[in-house]
Amino acid sequence: MKVEVRVYPKAGVLDPQGRAIASALGRLGHPTVSDVRAGKIFFIDVEGDDPVAVEAQARKMAEELLANTVIEGYDVRIAREP
Amino acid sequence: MSRGQPRFAIVVFPGSNCDQDCYHVATELLGCEAEYVWHRDTDLKGADVVILPGGFAYGDYLRAGALARFSPVMESVTRFAMDGGPVLGICNGFQVLLEAGLLPGAVRVNRGLRYVCRDVHMRVENASTPFTRLYEPGEVVRMPVGHGEGNYTAPPETLTELEYESGVVFRYCDEAGRVTDEANPNGATAGIAGIANRDGNIVGLMPHPDRCAEGLLGNEVGRKMFESAVSSLAESKV
Repeated sequence: MKVEVRVYPKAGVLDPQGRAIASALGRLGHPTVSDVRAGKIFFIDVEGDDPVAVEAQARKMAEELLANTVIEGYDVRIAREP
Repeated sequence: MSRGQPRFAIVVFPGSNCDQDCYHVATELLGCEAEYVWHRDTDLKGADVVILPGGFAYGDYLRAGALARFSPVMESVTRFAMDGGPVLGICNGFQVLLEAGLLPGAVRVNRGLRYVCRDVHMRVENASTPFTRLYEPGEVVRMPVGHGEGNYTAPPETLTELEYESGVVFRYCDEAGRVTDEANPNGATAGIAGIANRDGNIVGLMPHPDRCAEGLLGNEVGRKMFESAVSSLAESKV
């Protein structure tokens, strides 16, 4: 089963990368961009076919390692098989 | 049984690159015994002080310090620290302590997005930890920094606690000791350069005392951090 974990700076936490990207987008002709937060996505293959269990496991992975919950939020979703 | 000079353990992760600097300070400059402890080892070899040196442990993959905290050696370091043993994390070592939850808060990418490599000034805010007791409270010291992720932050309640419980050990400042935005190399909240846990035995900082510990380098103010540990241990043995 494929699961995706998105990790991103929490709202309100200064994100220097996001801020730099936002200003670059502004210079590139996207003046309507008012904010960018830059994060990462983890595409994880997990054995098992119980989406509830896999999702719970992915949350545990996020809490333990993938996200630093002091400054980062995360969300988890089970990817649909193509 | 008195053993004379204390023994340092210098933890070596794959990617540590200041381990030899710390070893040099402990042995050559202080005349202490020191042992390298590989990240897969769990035996701290009878250490009285543990140093987590600078570098790029595990390539800083994911986040600086994030993977190093799962090393077998960190279980021993945690136990040692919880028993009150003095632990110092320098730069990447500080990042490991944060990720391991031995110190509160986190570091973000530097405000300027660049790796910052230069001397900074810091004010000694807490001169009673085992690593700062030989400094004067409020003393301004100059030390080099070299990091891309040193932009310290923590939840508001943690910041309040740090401020009220003397958890802030060093704060970036100008030469005259004024905490200003210009003197802050990375955007760290409240100019925080180094912190301690509530008991004071775990200390972490971004600047490098190991790189300014002898006259040959033009600055030896950092040696006092190591000497503080020796003096603190000597006192606790009496």
